[in-house]
Amino acid sequence: MADEVVLLDFWPSMFGMRVRIALAEKGIKYQYKEEDLRHKSELLLKMNPVHKQIPLLIHNGKPVCESLIIVQYIDEVWNHKSPLLPSDPYQRAHARFWADFVDRKVYGVGRKLWATKGEEQEAAKKEFLEIYKTLESELGEKPYFGGETFGFVDLSFVTFYSWFYVYENFGKFSMEAEFPQIVAWVKRCMQKESIANTLPDQKKIYEFVLKLKKIFGLE
Amino acid sequence: MASEDTVKLLGFWASPFSRRVEWALKLKGVDYEYVEEDIFNKSSLLLELNPVHKKVPVLVHHQKVISESYVILEYIDETWKQSPLLLPQDPHERAKARFWARFGEEKLLLASSGAMWSLGEEKERLLKLAIEAMEKIEEEIKGKEFFGGESIGYLDVALGWISYWLPVWEEVGSIQILDPLTFPATTSWAKNFLNHPIIKDNLPPRQKMIPYFHERSKFFSSLPPGWIKI
Repeated sequence: MADEVVLLDFWPSMFGMRVRIALAEKGIKYQYKEEDLRHKSELLLKMNPVHKQIPLLIHNGKPVCESLIIVQYIDEVWNHKSPLLPSDPYQRAHARFWADFVDRKVYGVGRKLWATKGEEQEAAKKEFLEIYKTLESELGEKPYFGGETFGFVDLSFVTFYSWFYVYENFGKFSMEAEFPQIVAWVKRCMQKESIANTLPDQKKIYEFVLKLKKIFGLE
Repeated sequence: MASEDTVKLLGFWASPFSRRVEWALKLKGVDYEYVEEDIFNKSSLLLELNPVHKKVPVLVHHQKVISESYVILEYIDETWKQSPLLLPQDPHERAKARFWARFGEEKLLLASSGAMWSLGEEKERLLKLAIEAMEKIEEEIKGKEFFGGESIGYLDVALGWISYWLPVWEEVGSIQILDPLTFPATTSWAKNFLNHPIIKDNLPPRQKMIPYFHERSKFFSSLPPGWIKI
């Protein structure tokens, strides 16, 4: 019986990008459905009634929600190639800890950076730099957060690369100047087809944010 | 050999997060050394072991350090593979368990504890959110004895705070969230959970919890509003 895989997503979502990369890494064929978040589809509302959010994976009719939960699901079901998590329980715990850190800290502070002004934005910038400093320190001299190979933490964080131009522009700083290790790591990741083919162009994301700011009166 | 196998847990007596790790260890029959941490006067050990979040619980096993209670629960399940298996075997059921554990934390726990100590309009807002979240939990437990099915599992341990911490928060905050008439299935699950031999012998004393959370409430309600992220 052929697997039926559907992904409900929104192209600028760094959470959705994680799932797209995971599916590409595993070579899984799937149907991509772009959601208009202001007019959510019946399918999204039915399959994710609790949060009504993307990304949403539907595998043989069964929904899986929350990007990192979806990535782990993909890793467990399609376990024949390209493992996304290590097999050792401690290494897995370490990976989950840092992916959780990215999830809880990186999105929120990035959003505050482009959505706010004045003092609030200054505070967001300070927080942003601290959080990225922690990540840069965790990466250290390793080629990837996962060590020698690309892994779960790399996957959870690399999708924010498509938003770096937005952060630099509104935060008025250079990612390369502030975080050379992170930028070197991103360039390394971008050599992988699954990532280079998935991440949208930074300028496109920037244009999207400009539109968003207009719509929500955040200019 | 003995020192290699040593499991150490840094916890705090009133924390539902460190308690859930203890439940998991005890369910698996894993011996551990418990170290009580004064979270208001953090030890250099805690700051060294968990420099990122500086929080309990922290598990140390084979000199390896693991923090974040949900991460620890999965580590425990993967390291000590004996019964009970905490997480379901089926990948889709595992994904659901992880989803609801996260939901419990981000939507129900934050709103409930927030409703306890906040005042006025903010209290009303958080109470409403907590009840809405509880409605979804009720749907999930309907028709089941435990979230794990016929026996206690990961999601029961993750949501176990509902059975014991929530009633304390309700009393301290003069609120009601887990109304037995509105949420009969969750109420029944809470009773079953608390009656489990491992759980009932592993709960902080209620008479200590009430004054403790009263103190915490006074502290939180004195802070400027708007810092609770829900």
